Amino acid sequence: MATDPADEQLLDIRDLKIGVTVREPGKPPRDITIVEGVSCTLGKGKVLGLIGESGAGKSTIGLSSLAYGRGGVEITGGEVFVNGRDILKLSRADLNGFRGREVSYVSQSAAAGFNPAHRLIDQVIEATLEHGLLNRSEAEARAKELFEALSLPDPDTIGNRYPHQVSGGQLQRVMTAMALCPKPDLIVFDEPTTALDVTTQIDVLAAIKKAIRITGVAALYITHDLAVVAQIADEIMVLRDGETVEHGTTQQIIETPKEEYTQALVSVRSIIHEEKQPSQTPLIRMENIVAGYGRGPAVINDVTVDIYSGQTLAVVGESGSGKSTLARVLTGLLPPRSGQSTFEGRPLTNAQKDRPLDDLRDIQMIYQMADTAMNPRQTIGTIIGRPIQFYFGVTGKALQDRIAVMLEKIELPSDMANRYPAELSGGQKQRVCIARALAAEPKVIICDEVTSALDPLVADGILKLLLDLQKRENVAYMFITHDLATVKAIADSIAVMHLGKLARYGTKTEVLSPPFDDYTDLLLSSVPEMEIGWLEGVTASRKMQSAGN
Amino acid sequence: MGLALTLIAQRISLGILMLFAVSALIFVGTQILPGDVAESILGQSATPENLANLRKELGLNEPALTRYFNWLGGIMVGDLGTALTSGASISEAITSRLGNTLFLAAVAAMISVPIAILLGLFAVRYKDRWPDKLISASTLASISLPEFFIGYLLILVFGVKLGWFPTVATVYDGMSFGDRLNAVMLPALTLTLVVLAHMMRMTRAAILNVMQSAYIETAELKGLSSFKIIWKHALPNAISPVINVVMLNMAYLIVGVVVVEVIFVYPGMGQYLVDHVSKRDVPVVQACGLIFAAIYIGLNLVADIISVLSNPRLRHPK
Repeated sequence: MATDPADEQLLDIRDLKIGVTVREPGKPPRDITIVEGVSCTLGKGKVLGLIGESGAGKSTIGLSSLAYGRGGVEITGGEVFVNGRDILKLSRADLNGFRGREVSYVSQSAAAGFNPAHRLIDQVIEATLEHGLLNRSEAEARAKELFEALSLPDPDTIGNRYPHQVSGGQLQRVMTAMALCPKPDLIVFDEPTTALDVTTQIDVLAAIKKAIRITGVAALYITHDLAVVAQIADEIMVLRDGETVEHGTTQQIIETPKEEYTQALVSVRSIIHEEKQPSQTPLIRMENIVAGYGRGPAVINDVTVDIYSGQTLAVVGESGSGKSTLARVLTGLLPPRSGQSTFEGRPLTNAQKDRPLDDLRDIQMIYQMADTAMNPRQTIGTIIGRPIQFYFGVTGKALQDRIAVMLEKIELPSDMANRYPAELSGGQKQRVCIARALAAEPKVIICDEVTSALDPLVADGILKLLLDLQKRENVAYMFITHDLATVKAIADSIAVMHLGKLARYGTKTEVLSPPFDDYTDLLLSSVPEMEIGWLEGVTASRKMQSAGN
Repeated sequence: MGLALTLIAQRISLGILMLFAVSALIFVGTQILPGDVAESILGQSATPENLANLRKELGLNEPALTRYFNWLGGIMVGDLGTALTSGASISEAITSRLGNTLFLAAVAAMISVPIAILLGLFAVRYKDRWPDKLISASTLASISLPEFFIGYLLILVFGVKLGWFPTVATVYDGMSFGDRLNAVMLPALTLTLVVLAHMMRMTRAAILNVMQSAYIETAELKGLSSFKIIWKHALPNAISPVINVVMLNMAYLIVGVVVVEVIFVYPGMGQYLVDHVSKRDVPVVQACGLIFAAIYIGLNLVADIISVLSNPRLRHPK
């Protein structure tokens, strides 16, 4: 590789090393390496996808091209050339002149990235004015053009709103406009669609892609979702634990990955689950459920679903569709306004506090955030042992034995019992939560987005474990998720929820086979597929459909 | 805007309600004190007949409820009653003293609030570096010293050694604004040093809290200078806690200045109140209590209203 800093490349990262000094009270500070010797180059107008699981260092590398370290993160070695200048050597003042002018940034959560106190337009043109690139009216005109290019509604007036007055998907597009406004050479997109619903994600993705094409800006696109990055990147770099695993063209990475880790990423979610046929009588029937909070409107409206013993009902929908509310009704935390749940043929008491102990034991729950679902000051053994003690009155040696059995079931070593939640990885924590639910020997477990916060490979492991446990323990799952790939992997029957109503309900084959209703069609076609050109195909067919209508 | 107006109207009516509740509390509180004015006026020469006569003369024989409503009705038309000990109108006596107290508080606030907020901003900008530590240490030192000590120290340095300001804050009617300002400068500075640390530390903490937000990172990555980020992006979102502590300190400047008034022989409310408490002059104590309560409630009301107005979600609902 040429060592001449003034070569053709827009971005040239060489042997980048990034670390952080962890200071804990009472312990000497220790240095942790986050990124170890990563190099890459990016030409003008090109898009490089950085992909990896959490902790792979992809955001850290992205921010290093703005010479920025989040928190106590420091760039400890290497060089980062942008337009031929080593930006790590810039003075504070030069750095301020560089940031936001040559390279700009789009963050994962636009809702948090915008200042709630100022109007959108003032924030969008701020960098442009700060760097003296345009005067105010020119900058506003440019912002409006960008709003239009990004398909935002009312491009002339949307800038006058405050961040809380526009939706999440719109805000993410406004943030893209904000990054584009000062005409930078490079934009760092840091998981820009991860926090969005799948049907919103596709619009934002299409808007970003269009904006990149029109403006000819180069981009670093950071994501954990290979299918998303395949739509937008020319090249992909796969990262793991701060090191490059594989770097190649998008086509090569998707179609002929060389490294084992990349192959695992590409083939993730390949669980094949034979769907079981519903038996005669359901274990649980929720009939004509209507529920809402306080004096507000009904959040779920006339929903009827069945859960069969030893089978999985997947409840799918976007945020706000009422799927978690349905779970709250089943657990009794939210008594329904009308409708009735039956359990093994007999009516289930509406309010959780009035239910007999056995009913409470039979319906257990696993949550999305394993972190917050466990008491950080209790050991794993205490956490798993609590339901055993509470429901079965087991104590002493017998309790320890049952805890060890539970740990074995979730494939964790038995010495884990003495550890605290903070010492476990995300996947291990979720396994402990599964063990805690299972320890009550329930007939049904409600799994509320249990894999959403996990990396794909870890999530895969959790799903496999859940399926395996279902086979052995004959437990039923109500599996709440927004992720259709997960649904395909584990469901026996599916309930698609939209705006509090059942949009579609039936066995997996029934629900996933055409003809579709409009919403299910939209939902299914919005899930990114690991295929180059998928995005164009979908958007083109949608345009044709709307033209045809 | 509708939501914000409703909230503000709510706060104002609550404030008025609170004021009535406080007036009742003050009245009840002074009633349950042992002994009364008649006893304290007559002192050693109190015979049962004398007491009865005096009580009748002073209207102390009426039922408590009647006296409360008479008192409240008087206040509504600006009549705070007459001082039992001197027979003078309380309203008249208080007007000039309240004016003096408010003037001193206003001068102290004019000096201390901008300095406190600026020092807070500086402390954030140079967080954990020497300017921050210097600011923290010096303001902490000034709050740790008792008021009278600061007062005498200032008198010694600026009054006696340098001779810049008078050591006794004498003010009288017909004094020019400039002279008046000069006269209250030392007590105002004393008060400034007392309230500075609290406001500065709250500003620092509130802004540092906001500095953790993602939008601060957005601003940094736009290439904005540190002061611009703090001023434009952090401060507007830290207004609410800052304004609250500012108002609390303003209230202290008005109602908590007894010691400073005594040191500088300043004819304000504090001294007047203390004098009459020792004489058990109940109407004066009640009147002062009510005025102080009104000031407290009023300032907190202002803080609430500013907080509501500084929240874009309330100003511009969806």
